[in-house]
Amino acid sequence: MARAATTQRKAIVTVAAWIVGIAIFFPILWIVILSFKSEGDAIRTPLEVLRAQWTLESYTTVQERSNYLRHFWNSVVLSVGSTLIGLIIAVPAAWAMAFVPGKRTKDVLMWMLSTKMLPPVGVLVPIYLIFRDLGLLDSRVGLVIVLTLINLPIIIWMLYTYFREIPGEILEAARMDGATLRDEILYVLTPMAVPGIASTLLLNIILAWNEAFWTLNLTAAKAAPLTAFIASYSSPEGLFYAKLSAASTMAIAPILIMGWFSQKQLVRGLTFGAVK
Amino acid sequence: MGRITLDQVTKSFGEVNVIPPLDLTIEDGEFVVFVGPSGCGKSTLLRLIAGLEDVSSGQIRIDGADATDMPPARRGLAMVFQSYALYPHMSVRKNIAFPMKMAGVPEDEQKRRIDSAAKALNLTDYLDRRPGQLSGGQRQRVAIGRAIVREPQAFLFDEPLSNLDAALRVNMRLEIMELHKSLATTMIYVTHDQVEAMTMADKIVVLRAGNIEQVGSPLELYREPRNEFVASFIGSPKMNLIRGEVARTYGAQSIGIRPEHIAVSTDEGLWHGTVGVAEHLGSDTFVHVHGHGMGSEPLTVRVDGELPVRHGDRIFLTPDTEKLHRFDAQGLRL
Repeated sequence: MARAATTQRKAIVTVAAWIVGIAIFFPILWIVILSFKSEGDAIRTPLEVLRAQWTLESYTTVQERSNYLRHFWNSVVLSVGSTLIGLIIAVPAAWAMAFVPGKRTKDVLMWMLSTKMLPPVGVLVPIYLIFRDLGLLDSRVGLVIVLTLINLPIIIWMLYTYFREIPGEILEAARMDGATLRDEILYVLTPMAVPGIASTLLLNIILAWNEAFWTLNLTAAKAAPLTAFIASYSSPEGLFYAKLSAASTMAIAPILIMGWFSQKQLVRGLTFGAVK
Repeated sequence: MGRITLDQVTKSFGEVNVIPPLDLTIEDGEFVVFVGPSGCGKSTLLRLIAGLEDVSSGQIRIDGADATDMPPARRGLAMVFQSYALYPHMSVRKNIAFPMKMAGVPEDEQKRRIDSAAKALNLTDYLDRRPGQLSGGQRQRVAIGRAIVREPQAFLFDEPLSNLDAALRVNMRLEIMELHKSLATTMIYVTHDQVEAMTMADKIVVLRAGNIEQVGSPLELYREPRNEFVASFIGSPKMNLIRGEVARTYGAQSIGIRPEHIAVSTDEGLWHGTVGVAEHLGSDTFVHVHGHGMGSEPLTVRVDGELPVRHGDRIFLTPDTEKLHRFDAQGLRL
């Protein structure tokens, strides 16, 4: 009896998990389906859409009309660049907050997080003007700076949480063993925090890759990443569903693939410390 | 060389004064044990010497050179931590090599020193394992190996054995003592266990609330404790302290007599009492006796293991007056 009850429970939980999973994944799935339909079929009712003929028509048009590779490369440069620079700043910052906390460390952490609560549009105009004056509009350098800054609080917070799990005595041992601060961070702290750093890196690449507000507002053509590539197919009339879907699919495919292959690392990093 | 001098050293954390002005000299090659109850500042004192904490005032000299503001890395001291503090991402070999790598010791010299340390510590077969794959005792040996290869001025041990089980602790104790004999390097060892202190030390420093209560060889502390605190802290089972009428007959505020310095008889003696609990260890028996007219605290008496005593028995006790300690109202030795 007990076994039957357990099996039943398992079945219910499994079904529930699948429902949640499909609910989350469905929009993406639907975009992928739409991208393989003709423009005319894409606006029909769902059942008709499913029955309609499959075609690569949208992909060819999108390829002809815009330069996917350039946008893709911009996305790579912006997301990887901003994340790496962010990490270089955040590792020492998180080290300081985790291992030599001062009276105000908690406040600094809260203050950093509070910047994430500000609606970005609130600072759009000043940043736009500064960028215009500095000649940073529509440049990769400018966007890397912005993306680094907006994700820095999250990077520092994540690293701070991981570093707190590392026993301070090990760093003290390194100090006793003759390590300088640089050696201590480079040879002891960083290698020990690899799971945490890796998941921070992955998560921030994803966040930066998907960031749309700043990338759309501060770029025009040269530095435009894939978000701008998608946006160029959106129209208020909604007449280009298929092409828009094709562009979206192409834009999210790389990050989706990366996420798929690194999911183990991501989950391990995100639950680091939660389960000992 | 490894002569360490502390001159009027103090340490406070914010408002809390952990170490009041303190002077101490540790001679080259000495095995010094800092002992005291938890929170007495012994670990803090060790960390001040190590440089892991900054002194609030005063001066620390190592071999005559002012080390007060030196970073730990430059003091030439090696430390073994209670938690071993091994680098979990490195193999045993790399753990031991780390301080030499930091010091820029040439590769072949590193290899030579690792091999000899591994041989001395029975770690040769484990050099390529990670610390996570080792037992507690092996980990502690790796931590000691990491300390030895640096050829430091002095070794600092911060309760290195408290995470080990009892049998292993006794073994490691002997190993550390043998190490001291063969290296003849200064060692400073922190523990709350007075047995470790008694068995290992050349010199014991008894601490209470940051103050040095007494400094001396184990037998000096045992024979002539300067005050009640040291008297009851050193020795196992601990010294019996008796106050009141009985103490006054000896012209003291309180008297102390060790359990092994009381003779037991069934027919006559100076004091008499009733047997409470008897702890049979085989070789010895510790008898807790409720002395008549001697307060509510039972006296602990150490008797031969073969002596038949049972709960409720009436027995007579006679202290060895030669070995009786007398203390004044401040708890100081008379």
